[in-house]
Amino acid sequence: MLKNYPALKHILGRAGWYFVTFLVAVTINFFLPRLGDANPVNAMMAKASAGLDSASAKEKEEQYLKEFGLVQVDDQGKVEHDAQGRPVRTSLASQFFKYVGMSLRGDLGGSILQHPKRVSEIIKTALPWTLTLQLPTIIFGWFIGNILGALAAYKRGAFDKLMYPLALLASAIPAFCFGILLKYVLSIRLEWFPAAGGYDDGMMQELSRAFVASASYYYILPFFSVFLIVVGGQAIGMRSMCIYELGTDYVKYAKLLGVKENKILYYMFRNAMLPQLTGLALALGTMVGGALITEIIFSYPGLGMAILTAIEGNDYPLITGCTLLITICVLAANFSVDILVGFLDPRIRAAQQTGK
Amino acid sequence: MKLFKNLLKSPSFVLGMVLFLGTLLVALFGPLVMHVDTANRVGLAYAAPSADHWLGTDHLGIDMVSRLVRGLRSSLYVGFLAGTVATVVGTLIGLYGGYKGGLIDDLLTVGTNLFLVIPSLIVLILLSSSIENGRSLTLIALIIGCTTWTWSARAVRAQSSSLRGRDHVALARINGYGTLGIVLLHIMPYLLSYIFMVFILQTATGILSEASISMLGLGPYDSISLGNILNDAIKNEALTDGAWWAFMPAVVLITVIVFALYIINTSLEGVFNPRLRK
Repeated sequence: MLKNYPALKHILGRAGWYFVTFLVAVTINFFLPRLGDANPVNAMMAKASAGLDSASAKEKEEQYLKEFGLVQVDDQGKVEHDAQGRPVRTSLASQFFKYVGMSLRGDLGGSILQHPKRVSEIIKTALPWTLTLQLPTIIFGWFIGNILGALAAYKRGAFDKLMYPLALLASAIPAFCFGILLKYVLSIRLEWFPAAGGYDDGMMQELSRAFVASASYYYILPFFSVFLIVVGGQAIGMRSMCIYELGTDYVKYAKLLGVKENKILYYMFRNAMLPQLTGLALALGTMVGGALITEIIFSYPGLGMAILTAIEGNDYPLITGCTLLITICVLAANFSVDILVGFLDPRIRAAQQTGK
Repeated sequence: MKLFKNLLKSPSFVLGMVLFLGTLLVALFGPLVMHVDTANRVGLAYAAPSADHWLGTDHLGIDMVSRLVRGLRSSLYVGFLAGTVATVVGTLIGLYGGYKGGLIDDLLTVGTNLFLVIPSLIVLILLSSSIENGRSLTLIALIIGCTTWTWSARAVRAQSSSLRGRDHVALARINGYGTLGIVLLHIMPYLLSYIFMVFILQTATGILSEASISMLGLGPYDSISLGNILNDAIKNEALTDGAWWAFMPAVVLITVIVFALYIINTSLEGVFNPRLRK
């Protein structure tokens, strides 16, 4: 039946693959933090046991163990004990299946540092900040970088001589180094921009005009510290792709035929763009990582800051919650790029049409 | 030899080499030539640069130049170790999968692609945060190497599978070479220049990853690295205090090393791949 809808088949195939990747990501998120010597309950107990006698400390520990699903619980919701009176630990496997089930339902557990709060609540307030910072930077950066790169390859001369070293430098500066530079020069020294945060102190997060104005003002520096680097990297890639395309037989042939220059440029751009789009999918993970560190430099209230505070406070559920969510975002972005490539690449389209 | 002459003609290669060897020399011989002391306070917190202490002091009053020399050593060490691990792992997986083909290749490719889309920084955060005690510099370098090999495996696989149909590979097989022998003696030599470029980029990635993970507070506990210096400076308000000497030199050093490695790589590409030359 699916044979009649090759595009749908392609999308479903990719979706299946990304679902498997998602499961692997959840597995990594579960097992990696449990590999080492760090234990969330110990971390919580270190904080909570101060001033408690041993009996109530034990009770507290059991309560935490129960909360994290680390012990067997009977029908009445009481912790089960073995013959020695120690709580019975659940096996790693049953913990894992519980974790997967909870993650699929969107429940990421409770935060340790901000105790009664759920991790999903904290992430819900941080995620919009990260998305508004990262999506436009990467998308606009990709477009502008590609246009500049193609122009440099085609025009050569002075434009290329000026742009190439600048783009090379921009692509080689780590996002966080550039962020520190911008913050120090433009906001601390010259005081043109605010140095830290996402909006003015004392403002409520709402969709009022004053809040949006304040947030946009705080947005400028973090935006540019990632944006320019994306532009540089993409321009370098596009430039060498276009130089390669310019030397190919079809371009030479088209020139000999006397095809209009704009038309050749258009063909060349289309051919060079596809590898760039695939390259974007591969580079997304790195870009997102770089932008997370940039958030920390500007104390931007997104997921990067959430991870930093979680790491400083040994808040394991929050760390794994943030990492899982970032992974999901990167997977979703990759999936969209994959689908887009499927529609743009004539080779994949042809394979779809012949039903291969 | 001719290759080397060609390289020396490329200004970006010369610039990259000068910058990189410069930092390497400072890292190797700095502690021999000058007095490096990162244990004792020599002045007030964030004391400004002076004749005795060229780059002032940090938030504890420790000489910045000493810290930078130590940090440079650690960062280059992490870069080389992580780069070596990532290159060896990636190259072996790529060479083997590309040569073998079939089911093994498919499995290796799926595995590589899986870890290619899951951001390596995320795996790095998860692994490092699980190790509370004993997060040493060497361990961090090994972890970085084990999380960043994916794209080199993918790149090498593509090259290796294009070589598997060559006649000399078939001859080696007829002569009774095993898989490992063919891969290492008859395929790898053709890709050496390529693998060397992969190593340069992996080293740069290693240095950057260490800095990123240190900025998150997950850096090595046993040594000063450039990432640790930046983390200390940001945590202790060096930026708002205007103590540029506490972070600017580290920012410049990281940028210079990474920039040098990148332009060395691009100029090597230009020499090894004649199609890119004009």
